[in-house]
Amino acid sequence: MFRVTKEPIDLSELVRYVTDPEAGAIVPFIGTTRNNNEGRRVIALDYEAYPEMAEKELARIGEDAKKKWPICKMAIVHRLGPVQIGEASVIIAVSSAHRDAAFAASRFAIEEIKKTVPIWKKEVFEGGEVWIGTQTGQPLTALK
Amino acid sequence: MTVRVKFFAILRERAGASEISKELSDGSTVGDLWRELQKDYPRLAVQGIRLLYAVNQNYVGADHRLREHDEVVFIPPVSGG
Repeated sequence: MFRVTKEPIDLSELVRYVTDPEAGAIVPFIGTTRNNNEGRRVIALDYEAYPEMAEKELARIGEDAKKKWPICKMAIVHRLGPVQIGEASVIIAVSSAHRDAAFAASRFAIEEIKKTVPIWKKEVFEGGEVWIGTQTGQPLTALK
Repeated sequence: MTVRVKFFAILRERAGASEISKELSDGSTVGDLWRELQKDYPRLAVQGIRLLYAVNQNYVGADHRLREHDEVVFIPPVSGG
């Protein structure tokens, strides 16, 4: 399950999806929106994606994770549109026979999402708004 | 040839459009297209921006040669997560 959605993400749906009789561990990761960034008081975040390619890149991350670690299943769902402070912007769930693989694959997935998946967030803060972003190996930029 | 260009995030705001068609001479590359678009939409030239390029939803280099009906996206720095 690799998709983007404008609806709130349902953790239990992802957990059900990766549940597997061969698995001895399920690791969920929930990325949530924070009320501050680099000294700015953040009011809300607004996510936008190139949806077809974003889902393709999420699936690619899942394939790469399977090559690196013996995981059973992975699911990644990323939220789009306005996301209020404290809500989940992304959820990753991974199952594996033993916990090390699931922890490692989950960590890999979130780091890759931040590098290669065409999803952008606009940070709305007290006093303005800015598009946040990084590109492979480059420092974070804030563009107006 | 004609290609389809989709704009997202800061480039969508700068272009004032989500999707356009662009007529190009045969043999044009992604880099050529970007130079042409900056003439049509001067505000696309965001200072300090680094772009990645996608054609038909795959990352390519600036020297990638375009073909009729390709879907081209200029990808500003990403920030999923």
